[in-house]
Amino acid sequence: MDITLPILILAIPITMFLVLGIGGVKMSRKLAGVLGICGLGTTAVLAYIVAFTYYFSGDPLFILDGVRQQYQVFDVTWLAFTQRLVVNIGFLLDPISAMMLIVITTISFMVHLYSWGYMEHEPGFQRYYAFLSLFTFSMLGLVVATNIFQMYIFWELVGVSSYLLIGFFYKLPSAVSASKKAFIVTRFADLGFLIGILVLSYFTDTFNFITLTQNPESVLGSTGGATFMGASALTWAMVLIFTGGMGKSAMLPLHIWLPDAMEGPTPVSALIHAATMVVAGVYLVARMFPVYCVVPSSLTFVTVVGAITAFYAAAVACAQIDIKRILAFSTISQIAFMMVSLGVAYDQPIEGVHYSGLGYMASMFHLFTHAMFKALLFLGAGALIHAVHSNNYTAMGGLYKYMPITHWTFLIGCLAIAGIPPFSGFFSKDEMLAAMYANNWVWGAWMSMVAGLTAFYMFRMYFLVFWWKENPHYKEHRPHDAPWQMSLPLIILAAVSCVAGFIPFGEFITWNGEPYHIHLEAPVAITSVIIALIGIFIAFKLYFKENSVPTRLKNMMPALWEAAHRRFYWDEIYQFITHKIIFGIICRSIAWFDRHVIDATMDGMAWIAQRASASIKGMQNGAIQAYVIWYFMGAIVLAAITWLCLI
Amino acid sequence: MDLSILWYLVPSVIMFVCGVYGFVTRKNLIAILISLELMLNSADLNFVVFNRFLFPGSMEGMVFTLFSIAIAAAETAIAIAIIINIYRAIGNTDVREINKLKH
Repeated sequence: MDITLPILILAIPITMFLVLGIGGVKMSRKLAGVLGICGLGTTAVLAYIVAFTYYFSGDPLFILDGVRQQYQVFDVTWLAFTQRLVVNIGFLLDPISAMMLIVITTISFMVHLYSWGYMEHEPGFQRYYAFLSLFTFSMLGLVVATNIFQMYIFWELVGVSSYLLIGFFYKLPSAVSASKKAFIVTRFADLGFLIGILVLSYFTDTFNFITLTQNPESVLGSTGGATFMGASALTWAMVLIFTGGMGKSAMLPLHIWLPDAMEGPTPVSALIHAATMVVAGVYLVARMFPVYCVVPSSLTFVTVVGAITAFYAAAVACAQIDIKRILAFSTISQIAFMMVSLGVAYDQPIEGVHYSGLGYMASMFHLFTHAMFKALLFLGAGALIHAVHSNNYTAMGGLYKYMPITHWTFLIGCLAIAGIPPFSGFFSKDEMLAAMYANNWVWGAWMSMVAGLTAFYMFRMYFLVFWWKENPHYKEHRPHDAPWQMSLPLIILAAVSCVAGFIPFGEFITWNGEPYHIHLEAPVAITSVIIALIGIFIAFKLYFKENSVPTRLKNMMPALWEAAHRRFYWDEIYQFITHKIIFGIICRSIAWFDRHVIDATMDGMAWIAQRASASIKGMQNGAIQAYVIWYFMGAIVLAAITWLCLI
Repeated sequence: MDLSILWYLVPSVIMFVCGVYGFVTRKNLIAILISLELMLNSADLNFVVFNRFLFPGSMEGMVFTLFSIAIAAAETAIAIAIIINIYRAIGNTDVREINKLKH
C-alpha cells in the first residue's frame, strides 16, 4: 500500500495544529473554523479511504485465505538508544486500527462542525480548534502505533491534549483544577504503564505489537519463570500495562478525573471524554489481547475491575443532577462493560461451542456503537446547555416541544444506550452479555443488572430534561433548537445510531482475524430487552410527570442518596490520602529536613563567609601606606618561612 | 683590589630599606614616588650584580636592567601625570587626603 495516504492522515491534523496554533491569533474566527473543519474533513475522507481499502480491497496483504492480516504500512527507526533499545515509528493497519480510524475521524469531524456553532462566541476560538487538531493527531497516532512505545508517546500526547482542552476556560478555577486533576491522575496511572512496558520489553526484547502478539507463548517462555511477589513477571507486566488503561479509561479507583473533566467545553467532552480518548484503555487491552490470553489471571483482573466499576458508575449516575456528569458516569460504566467483555473473552470452549473471542468482537463492536451514541448524547447535552445556560436538569424540564430536533436525537441516543432494538446499542450489548454468560453466569447476571440500571438512569435524565414539568424561566428566555452546525451532527449521529447495529461486525473484527458470524442469542437478547424495559418503565413512572414520589424515595434513604450523590466519597478518600497522609505527614517531615538540615547547612556556610569578610574588611581603609606595611610584613613572613624551610 | 659581591649587595639593601622607609613615612606623593624609584633601582642593581658574579658569560641580567630602567621611566611619567591630576582635583598631594578608595 502506498504510504502517502497514511502519512497524510497524520500530517494534516498536526499541520493544522501548527497553523492554527501559531497563526491563529492573526486569523478571523471564520477562517480558523473553516480551516479546522476542512482539514479534519480531508483527514476523515482519507481515513475512510484507507479503512475501506483495508476491509474491502481483498488485497492479500490485508486478507489472506479469509483471515485478516496485520500490515505495517511503514515502520522506521526513530530513536536507536542501544543495540537492543530501538524505538520505531510506524503505521499499523489491522481490523481494530482501521475501525478506530473511522471512529476517530467521524466523531472528530462532527465535533469540529458542532463546535463552530457551540463555541462561536467564546474567546480563544482559534486556540480551541488548534487543540482539537492536536488531539485528533495524537489519537490517530495512538491507534496506528506499530509498537508499544510509540503508543505510549501518543498516549501521553492525548493526555496533554485532554489537559489543554479541559482547562480551555482557564479563567475558571474549577476548570483549571479539573484539568490538573485529570493530568495528574492519568499521569500517575501511566507510570504503571511505563513500568509494564519496560518489564515486558526487557523479557521479550521487542516493542513491536506484531512480534508480541503473533507468538505470545514465546513471550511467556522468554520470561524464564521470573516471579515477583508470587506472580510471574509477565502477569505483573500485563497488569501494570492495564493500569495505564485504567487511568485513561477511568476505571475504579482511578476514575475520579473523568467527572471533573466535564468542566471542559461540551463538544470536547463528546470527543475526548466519551468517544475516543477514554476508550484508549480498552483499545490497549484489545491490542495486547493475545498476550493477555497467555496469562488468564491478568484478564480476570481486567474483568473484576470492569465489573466493579460498571456497577459503581451506574449507581452514582442515578443520583447526579448535572446532566454532563450523568453522561460521564454512564461513559465510565459503558467502558467498564467493554473491559468486562474483553476480560471474559479468552479462548475456552464451553459445552462444545467454541466461544473463542466473542467478547473481543463484542467489545470492539460496543466501542464503535458507544462512540457514536455517546457522542450524540453529549452533543445533545451541549445543545440543551446552549439553550438553557445551565448544566443541571433542575433548570430544564418539558423541553420536548421547544427543542424537537434535540429531543428526538437524544431519545434515539437513550434508546441505543439502554439496548432497545433496533438501535445500535442493543446489538453490541447483546453480544457482550452473551460472551459474559458464556464465560460465567455470575458476570452475565451482574452486568445484566448494570444494563438495567443504565436504562433507568438514562431515562431518568431523559424524562427529567424533556418532560417532568416546564421550567418557569422559559417565559423570559425561550429555549430553541441549536443552529444547523449543531443540529446536523446530531442528526447524522442519530442516523448512525439507528443503523450501526446492523453492521455485520464479526466479519470485520475478531481477535484472530477469522470472520465470526454474529447470531443473536435469543434468551440473552430477550432477557436484556426485558430488563432494559423494566428500567425504562420505572424511570417513566417516577419521572414522566411531576410528582412527589422521587423526593419521598430520596427522603426514605437520605444516607444512600447522599453517598451516591457524592460519588461514594471517592474524592474525599483521595483528598484524605493526598492531603492528610501524603502532604501532612510525609511531605511535612521531608520539608522539615529540607529546611532545617539542607538549607541550614548552606545558610551556615554563607554566614561564616559573611562574618569573615566583615571582620577583615576594615583593613581596606584607603590609606595606601598601611597596605604597604601589611604587604611588606607579609613578604618578610613568607621569606622567613621559605628560609626556615630551606634550612 | 678584589671587590666581593657583598660590596654591591649591602648598598643595594640599604637603598631598598631607605626606599621602603620613605614610601611608608613620606606624606608627599612626589617623595613617595622617589622612594619607589629607590626600591626599583636597588632591584636593578641586584640584577646586574648577580649577573656579573653568578653568570659572568651571559648578558640577560644587564639587558633586563636596561629594560627595567626604560619601564621605570614610562611609569614615572604616568605617576607624575596622575599626581598632577590629583593636585588639580584636591589642591595638594598629601597621601593622607587620598583615601576615598575603601570599602
